[in-house]
Amino acid sequence: MKQHWLVRPGSIRLLWIVFLGILALTVLAGLLMHPHAAFGIDGSFGFYAWFGFASCIAMIVVAKLLAIVLKRKDSYYDGD
Amino acid sequence: MTAISLIPPGLPLVLGALLLPLCTARLRALLVLGLPLLVIALVWQLPAGAVLTLDFLGYELAPLSDSKLGRLFATVFAIMAFAGGLFGLNHMRVAELSAALLSAGCAISIAFAGDLVTLLVFWEGLALASTLLVWSARTTQSRDAGLRYLVLHLFGGVLLLAGIIGHVAATGSVAFTAMTLDSPAHWMILAGFLINAGAPPLSAWLPDAYPEASPGGMVALSAFTTKTAVFVLLTGFPGADILIAFGLYMVFYGIVYALLENDMRRILAYSIVNQVGFMIVGIGIGTELSLNGAAAHAFTHIIYKALLLMSAGSVLYMTGKRKCTDLGGLFQSMPLTAVCGIIGALAISSFPLTSGFISKSMISQAAADQHLAMVWFLLVAASAGVFLHAGIKFPWFVFFQKDSGLRPPDPPLNMRLAMILFAFLCIALGVWPAPLYDMLPYPVDYVPYTYAHVVTMLQLLLFSGLAFFIMLPYLKRTLTITLDWDWFYRSLGPRLLGQAARVLDRWHAHRRIDALRHIGNFIGTLFLYHGPQGILARTWATGSMVLWVVILLGIYLVAYYI
Repeated sequence: MKQHWLVRPGSIRLLWIVFLGILALTVLAGLLMHPHAAFGIDGSFGFYAWFGFASCIAMIVVAKLLAIVLKRKDSYYDGD
Repeated sequence: MTAISLIPPGLPLVLGALLLPLCTARLRALLVLGLPLLVIALVWQLPAGAVLTLDFLGYELAPLSDSKLGRLFATVFAIMAFAGGLFGLNHMRVAELSAALLSAGCAISIAFAGDLVTLLVFWEGLALASTLLVWSARTTQSRDAGLRYLVLHLFGGVLLLAGIIGHVAATGSVAFTAMTLDSPAHWMILAGFLINAGAPPLSAWLPDAYPEASPGGMVALSAFTTKTAVFVLLTGFPGADILIAFGLYMVFYGIVYALLENDMRRILAYSIVNQVGFMIVGIGIGTELSLNGAAAHAFTHIIYKALLLMSAGSVLYMTGKRKCTDLGGLFQSMPLTAVCGIIGALAISSFPLTSGFISKSMISQAAADQHLAMVWFLLVAASAGVFLHAGIKFPWFVFFQKDSGLRPPDPPLNMRLAMILFAFLCIALGVWPAPLYDMLPYPVDYVPYTYAHVVTMLQLLLFSGLAFFIMLPYLKRTLTITLDWDWFYRSLGPRLLGQAARVLDRWHAHRRIDALRHIGNFIGTLFLYHGPQGILARTWATGSMVLWVVILLGIYLVAYYI
C-alpha cells in the first residue's frame, strides 16, 4: 500500500525544516515590534518564545510528577 | 409594544421538548431545527430592557428581564441548540433530543431570569435535563455517572436554594442583581454557582459524566451547564477577587489532567474546565474589559468546543472507539472531520484569524491593565498550555500519530453540515469580530489585530508546539486514569461506609444475641409462674377460694373500722 505523503519519513523531515524556519521567522519578526511591556521582562526580545516553551515543559513535568501519585489503571473504578 | 414581544424566549424550547416525543420523525426534525431559530428571532425582537413581571406569593418575579449580557448568552445558546440538534438528528434518541432542547430552553430562560426564583426553577430543570442526556447513552457507565452527576447538582441546587432563602430573608427582595460576599447566604449562592462551573474541589463531575453521553449528547452537554454558571457569575459576582484564584486553579487543573488523559472526549472535558477557568478569572478581575472578555470568551468557546466535540463524536460514532491508544491515522479516511477538528483546535488555542484570538486575549490584557503581574504571567503560560493539551494533543493523537489501521469514512451528512457550520463560525468570528464586540455588555475599546499581538501570540503558540514534539516520548498515552477529588466520594467514602456498616453489623449481632437471651430468660420466668405447673396457674379447690375471699373481706371490715 502506498503511504500517504504526510507519513513518509522524507516529508516528515521536510515538515520539521519548514517548522523550524517558521519558528525562527516569528522570533525575528519580534525585532520590528515596538516594545510595550506591561511588566518589563515581557518586552524583551523573544520573551514569548522562551516563556511559552519553558512553561509547556514545566507543565509536562508537573503532570508527570503528579501522575506518579495519582495514576491508576483505567479499570480502577470498574468495581463500583 | 405588541404582545408577541414579551414571550420568554426559552419557552418555545421547553414546550417543544415536551411535544417532541409525540411528533413524527419529519415534524421532529422541523422542531429541533426550527425552534432554535424561532428563539433567536424572539430574542432580537425584544425591546431593549424589556421586563415581564409576575406576582407570586407577594414577591415580584421577573421571568423575562432583558439585558445585553442575557441576549448574548441566549443567542449563542440558541445557535448551539440548532447545530447540536443538526448534529444529533441521525443518532440521538427521541428522549435525548427532548432533553437537549429542554436544557437549551432552561439555559436561555436563565439568561433572561430577572429574579432568583425563576433562576432556581430553571437551574434545577437544567440539572435534570442534563442528567437525562447522560443517561440516554444507556450504558452501565452512563447510568452510574449520571447518578453521580445528579446527586452533585442537586446538592449544588440545595446550596443555591438555602442561599436564596437567606438572601430574601435579609433583603426582602428576590431580584437577581450583583451581590457582595458579605453574608453566609451569598457565599452559599456563590458555591451553588461554582459547582455548576466545574470549580474545585467539585470539578470531577464534568470529565466523569459528559464523556459517558452519546456523541451528540456530549455536544449538547458541553454548552449549557458551565456557561449558564458563567452567566450567573457575571451577573451576580462581577469583581469578586476570590474568583481569580478559583479560575487559575481550573485553568491549570484542566491542562495537567488533560495531558495525562487517554480518552479523547475526557481530554476535551478537562479542557472545558480549563476554558471556563479563563472566564472565571476574567469575572474575578472585574473591569469592563475583563467582563467583556469573559462574555466574549463564553460565546466563542461554546462554538469551538462544540466543534471539537463534534469532531471527536464523529470519530466515536464511526469507529466506536474513544481511547487515544486505539486511534490514530484517521486523517486519511476522515479528512473533513480532521480539518474541522483542527480548526476547532486552532480556535481554542487562539491562533490569529480564529475566534479564540479575539476573545481570550481581552482577559489577559485586562490583567496587564490592572498590573496583576502574577495573574498575567500565569494566564500567558496557560495560553501556551491550551495549545499543548487541546490544540495539538487532541488532533495529533486522534488523526495522526501512529496508524491504527482504521479507515472509517466521514460521518453522515447532517453531522458533516453541523461541523462545517461551526468551523465557518470559528473563522468568521476570528476574521470579523465586530458583530460579537457589538453584542458585549460594555462598549469595546479593544483592537485584537495589532502587529505585536499577532507576532507574540504566534511565538507563544509555535514554541509550545515545539515543546510538544520534543516531549512527545513523555506524552505517550497509557491505559490509565488520574485520580481526582471525586476519589473521596467514589472510593474512600463508600469504603469507609462499608467499614462502618460491618462494625455496626458486628455490634448489632452481639446485641441480638444478648437480647435473645434476655427475652428467653423473661419467657422462662413467665413459664415458671404461669406455665401449666406454675404456682399462679394451678387449679384451686372452690373451698380454698371461698376461704381466701372470707379472709380478705374480714381484713377489709377490720380496716374500715380502724
